Amino acid sequence: MLSEFLSIYWKFFKMGAVTFGGGYAMLPILRREIIENSHWMEEEDIMDYYALSQGLPGIIAINTSVFIGYHHRKTPGAIAAALGVVSPSILIITVIALFLAGFKDNVYVQHALSAISVCVVALILDAVLKMWKKGVKDGLTLCICLVVLALSLMTKISPVIYVIAAAIVGISARAVGRARKNGKEAAK
Amino acid sequence: MIYLQLFWEFLKIGLFAVGGGMATLPFLQELAVRTGWFSQDLITDMIAISESTPGPIGINMATYVGVNIAGVLGGVVATMGEVVPAVFIVIIISKSLEKFRKSKVVEDAFYGLRPAVTGLIAAAGIGVMKVAMFHMALYQQTGVLTDLIDIKKIILFAAAFIGIKKLKWHPVVFIAISAVIGIVLGF
Repeated sequence: MLSEFLSIYWKFFKMGAVTFGGGYAMLPILRREIIENSHWMEEEDIMDYYALSQGLPGIIAINTSVFIGYHHRKTPGAIAAALGVVSPSILIITVIALFLAGFKDNVYVQHALSAISVCVVALILDAVLKMWKKGVKDGLTLCICLVVLALSLMTKISPVIYVIAAAIVGISARAVGRARKNGKEAAK
Repeated sequence: MIYLQLFWEFLKIGLFAVGGGMATLPFLQELAVRTGWFSQDLITDMIAISESTPGPIGINMATYVGVNIAGVLGGVVATMGEVVPAVFIVIIISKSLEKFRKSKVVEDAFYGLRPAVTGLIAAAGIGVMKVAMFHMALYQQTGVLTDLIDIKKIILFAAAFIGIKKLKWHPVVFIAISAVIGIVLGF
């Protein structure tokens, strides 16, 4: 039990340590570790947890980690995941805040980070394309994706609104679809 | 008792900030003004350092502010305060999802949610891209198109993307290689 707790903690510790940026930057690493390396869940599961995490209070990376930890080993898994993913931040930031006043002004740090952020864009693009394959399946889902993308770029509407609206659209479109199908069958 | 106060303040942020790490920023600004625990200048430093170190930005910001207010323990307490509500909320939702996961309504909701999340992350990616790959400020100043684009970055982006597609390496390998390239070529 304890060894399992520690192995989940360590897995999330490693992911926290190599995530540069917000929750979206963690996605390529999550995919790799959780789906491809460990086979804890499917691509769709991660997408669903990501969607819920966007609509809930709190930091997206933490919410997603807790969902995944719970999915794998219930409450102990959830706690191990949360502690694991925050630990590297606490260690690194504490050291920098206390001892390395000039860290962000160091020219080598700046060059490295400038190139890392370009790489992160490429990683996110790759993750988006994989999600596209799983999520965009017909005209309606294509529409939802493009509308959310366009509105996010042009306005400052909170992600919560998109999450709620998309869920409602999904539920009602499917309900209407089923009603029509039933109607046609009844007519025959 | 400063640690209790810190824990309580960050617990509230964790409970009310919806939309990820950067959504905690307005709460932190309000905290600075209301308590006088730290200055506005510290917020700028906090963002710079949180973005340039590994770890989710929201957590990095909480730790940084906590350490500056009350030392090492302050950083731990602030971070834990921000994480605790998420752990409770997500566990409760996970428990109810277990019951309803196979229900038609939940399945239909996710049918709408998946493309929405794809759009949200694509938008976040474009946001990062604007900052990471283009010199917007310089271009607005000079109006010269060649000032907008940085050919080194475009090449790195293309090489990284092809590498990610073709080679099945772990993302961290690409991040490490990029860091070395950045230092050697002076990005």
